[in-house]
Amino acid sequence: MNFLRTIVAAGMVAASTSAFAADITGAGATFPFPIYSKWADAYKKETGNGLNYQSIGSGAGIKQIQAKTVTFGATDAPLKHETLEKDGLVQWPMVMGAIVPVVNLEGIKPGELVLSGEVLGDIYLGKIKKWDDAAIAKLNPKLKLPADAITVVRRSDGSGTTFNFTDYLSKSSADWKAKVGSGTAVEWPAGVGAKGNEGVAGNVGQTKNAIGYVEYAYAKQNKLTYAAMINKAGKTVQPTIAAFQAAASNADWAKAPGYYVILTDQPGEASWPITAATFILMHKDATDKAASQEAIKFFKWSFEKGAKMAEELDYIPMPESVVKLIEKTWSSEIKS
Amino acid sequence: MAEMAVESDVMEAAGPYDRARALSAFKLGDITFYWITRACAISVLLILGGIIISLIVGAWPAIREYGAAFLWTQRWAPSADPPVLGALGPIYGTLVTSVIAMMIAIPVGLGIAVFLTEICPIWLRRPIGLAVELLAGIPSIIYGMWGFFVLGPFLANTFQPFMISVFDGIPVLGTIFAGPPSYLSLFNAALILAIMVLPFITAISVDVFKTVPPVLKEAAYGVGCTTWEVVRNVVIPYTRVGVIGGIMLALGRALGETMAVTFIIGNSFKIQSSIFAPGTTISAAIASEFAESDGLHQSGLILLGLLLFILTFFVLAAARLMLMRLEKKAGN
Repeated sequence: MNFLRTIVAAGMVAASTSAFAADITGAGATFPFPIYSKWADAYKKETGNGLNYQSIGSGAGIKQIQAKTVTFGATDAPLKHETLEKDGLVQWPMVMGAIVPVVNLEGIKPGELVLSGEVLGDIYLGKIKKWDDAAIAKLNPKLKLPADAITVVRRSDGSGTTFNFTDYLSKSSADWKAKVGSGTAVEWPAGVGAKGNEGVAGNVGQTKNAIGYVEYAYAKQNKLTYAAMINKAGKTVQPTIAAFQAAASNADWAKAPGYYVILTDQPGEASWPITAATFILMHKDATDKAASQEAIKFFKWSFEKGAKMAEELDYIPMPESVVKLIEKTWSSEIKS
Repeated sequence: MAEMAVESDVMEAAGPYDRARALSAFKLGDITFYWITRACAISVLLILGGIIISLIVGAWPAIREYGAAFLWTQRWAPSADPPVLGALGPIYGTLVTSVIAMMIAIPVGLGIAVFLTEICPIWLRRPIGLAVELLAGIPSIIYGMWGFFVLGPFLANTFQPFMISVFDGIPVLGTIFAGPPSYLSLFNAALILAIMVLPFITAISVDVFKTVPPVLKEAAYGVGCTTWEVVRNVVIPYTRVGVIGGIMLALGRALGETMAVTFIIGNSFKIQSSIFAPGTTISAAIASEFAESDGLHQSGLILLGLLLFILTFFVLAAARLMLMRLEKKAGN
């Protein structure tokens, strides 16, 4: 990751010397880093304007935009409306990802195992200890599950992925909500912690009878066995782009101030239950208005032309209806 | 002789011989040198002081919130409102991994050093010496990845099941070596640490063993001592201070090592009786959580850093004390 970052940073330095146009700087979440840098590359080729994004983590991104050291901040965990108002910030979702449970079980193919939020919560609480537990067997009558202990794998570093995953568990398991709750780093009752999505993917891939949660892209790239989930409507859904977008379309964006919608456990028969958006933060009344306008131009371009690039990297573009809302927000809230 | 040479030099340069001027020029150089080195030395104290002060300032909110109970409470719940933080888990993990690492690395490291200096055939000396130096040169992230992909699976599939079955049912040992086997555990991290600190102990021991005057050893051999007796009664006593210095350097590294440990320790704040269970260390906890932390959580992590600082200070102070007492004893 650091290596990648160095390369990108070096590229940015080279780029900034050639084109002296108002360069946009952004910092924050690590999860959208690959797509933001891909967009920046394509945007640069088309318009000659550069963008410098540093993936320093959501929390740090929020701090940087509050301190006005960057043009925009990026976070996986959205800020509440009150915080936005207090700091004079505008927030909107930029692109989405999905989190999928992954397992390492002999003889079980991707999408075969079915889990529910409640069962997932009990596994992560350490209440369900073995794969042949009655609760798992009930959801999977046709599968032959081993009588072995479950190795629970989770993130050790604070992360937006963990925030969305624990938020989902809080919504679907009362016990989880009471004992653990949600956050970027929580008090894990069980399991081993691995660093980053790649750490969890690697760990689950290597450990027999393990379960973990990763961003969809990591499950796909590492060819891990993902599980199907039972969603809020009680239907079994497979993790597909269509299911992720269904969750976003079914969310009630229009009524959420500051787009404070956490996409987990959304209604709708086709919705994947652990979907997550990643957000951009900008000042309503920025000190450097030129850079601020440049940034908006870049985001507008990304919404219009970047959808395909996002899908290539296994991100999910925001649905058309949401993009329209966001564009309205820009024109009404950001001062030029 | 030297003075003569200098005088003639100065005479050539300055024409008429002026002893006082030449001397004062030397004095000025001397004074400058004195102050430059002194400033360098003092800058260490300033830097150290700056680090301590900034740690205390950063940790202050957490100190006020949790007080001394931070040291012996175990619950680590940064997402609770307000966060509930206790450092016992990381402190325990730091101490346990370091102690196990030293238990493995000290005998092995000294063994290598003795073999290299006393027993090893000359043609084998360079390869082994080079290998030890290479071990020290490998970046810690490489150790972490190797531990994660190679050592961890080996330990979990082969070594741990064996130990668990051997000690099963024996009181105390049975709980220390309890299952289930795990890729990521305190023991695996300790083993990686042992390998990482090995070169420190070995390299320094080899260097100090070489300082033993051959006369002493030859005399001991002359009165019929075996190699073991020479090492035991001549080499080790003669080089004790240096060897302990090397061990302390190694212990310092073991206490603070971050990246490799984070990879392979399992990062669990809960203390479990088995060393085959996941745990965490102070530095692993900070590295994992710092980037996404804020408020009290971040302050708590800085307080952890302050604790590590203090812990290392006490370990080094204890080592100094031990050395002083050893020297006194030797003096008697």
